[in-house]
Amino acid sequence: MRERRRLWPYGFVLPAIVALAAAFVYPLIEVIRFSFYSGSLGNLIYVGTANYDGLWQDPVFVGSLLNNIKLLATVPIMTILALIIALVLNAQIRGWRQYRAIVFLPYILPATAIGLTFSFLLAENGVLNTQLRDWHLGFLAQDWLGSATHVVPTIGSVIIWQQLGFGVVVFAAALLAVPQELVEAARIDGATGWQIQWSILLPQIRRVIEFFMIVEAITVLSAIFTYVYVLTKGGPADSSSVMEYYIFNNGFDNGAIGLASAAVDVLLLLASVLIVTYLRLRARSADAGR
Amino acid sequence: MKALSRATGQQALLILLSLVSLYPLWFIVQTALKTTQSYVTDPTGLPIAPTLANFFDVFRVMPFGRWTLNSLLVAVVSVGAATVISIFAAYAVAFGRFVGQRAFFNVNIALMALPPVALVVPLFTVMVQAGLINTLPSVMLVYTGLLIPFSVFFLVNFFRELPSELIEAATIDGASHTRILLRIVMPLSVATTFTLVIVNTIWVWNELLFALVFLQNNDQRTVMAGLTLFQGRFATNEPLMMAGAFLSILPLLVLYLASQRFFIRGMTAGIGK
Repeated sequence: MRERRRLWPYGFVLPAIVALAAAFVYPLIEVIRFSFYSGSLGNLIYVGTANYDGLWQDPVFVGSLLNNIKLLATVPIMTILALIIALVLNAQIRGWRQYRAIVFLPYILPATAIGLTFSFLLAENGVLNTQLRDWHLGFLAQDWLGSATHVVPTIGSVIIWQQLGFGVVVFAAALLAVPQELVEAARIDGATGWQIQWSILLPQIRRVIEFFMIVEAITVLSAIFTYVYVLTKGGPADSSSVMEYYIFNNGFDNGAIGLASAAVDVLLLLASVLIVTYLRLRARSADAGR
Repeated sequence: MKALSRATGQQALLILLSLVSLYPLWFIVQTALKTTQSYVTDPTGLPIAPTLANFFDVFRVMPFGRWTLNSLLVAVVSVGAATVISIFAAYAVAFGRFVGQRAFFNVNIALMALPPVALVVPLFTVMVQAGLINTLPSVMLVYTGLLIPFSVFFLVNFFRELPSELIEAATIDGASHTRILLRIVMPLSVATTFTLVIVNTIWVWNELLFALVFLQNNDQRTVMAGLTLFQGRFATNEPLMMAGAFLSILPLLVLYLASQRFFIRGMTAGIGK
């Protein structure tokens, strides 16, 4: 009886451990092993670090990596935009609940459908350019998705469009939790609206801002495959490829499992820096008793 | 006066923002109601002679009904399995004691942030060997695994807020832990479980990468993987594609309007605590 009592937690976590081992641990081990092999499934040949050398010599991989890094610029942009909007909502503006619901809506929508839609909105003769020409602003019209110089910022904008509401909601909730006395005390001391926002409210929600930025950095580094696949398929001429797309393309369309796996390992190395930062933030906020 | 103009400015900003947020959705609806001809002549204008033909065509030219059913089946099985597995694991983490308890919880948090693309090549080879490629169980199995880290994290955080005296009292009364979980903890966790189910269902419904790679028979696709096919085959039929996109979004919209606060609470849970 006593024995059974102490053993029950193992029974309870066992199914989860088995599932995690199968879905995560085993594939992670395999993907590291594959990166030292070449050839196709069932016919793998050990090639040492040749795949890694191949990655750095492949301009498409280097370009994909650089695109991921460029897209990281969306993180501070969406953070600042979301903060401004959350501060406006926090002013107890009329209808703020409805606004919050509307702004959050894009975040729940499938990136596939969103990507399809934006591919029409942003096509060379698409809605945006037609509208610009109608307004005699034709000089602003660009081939948003078809030109190598514009395509990455365009993808970044679609990402911001979809992720912004997430930030707004997270920040608005954090602002709502700031003790009202703090704001009152500052007001009595003669602080103006902007001073209160900069020196009282923002420092109070610093943790949440850090969290948001880390989560979004992880997203932009490793969960934007759908946007690229639907909007550009990495084009024109690989100029909008990202690491995920490179992995997909080589692993499946080109059948280069080893090369794709080596790219996965580079991605994992970069992601692990962010994941460790995320875990640290979490541990710190747990220590702070929150 | 100054306060008034400031409030007006704020309202103007939020209205502009709402328009930017909603316009793509409106574009989907209005384009889906147009004929190809009227879209080409006037892509931005209102549908002058609205037609529902595109919605019927979506089901005629592609097995869209079948895809929807597939997505539903996959969601029910994988979300159901992941939820049950995670409830037991989270209960053990919150109320039990076992070797590696802390590590197990931290591993779940780390895996929440792991790039899914890292797993797709090896899992594909496993599915080929198991003969499951092009069958729904392949994605059902993978999704179940991928949903567990967030589910465990989300449930543990909630269970820890429950008064531990409740569990202790029941243990002293001699109730088994399965019984305590089912009779005491679960009735208190209905809203939390519902929130989790919603978040996980949206994730499964929207997932593209694994669906694309694992399911390549036309009848076996999910809605999202199917939707990408329109791009290649009906590239010049924007209204048809937007009708498909609308149908793929519709269930989410209905769910969102009906239970918005659960969405917001569940989908922002990765931030903070």
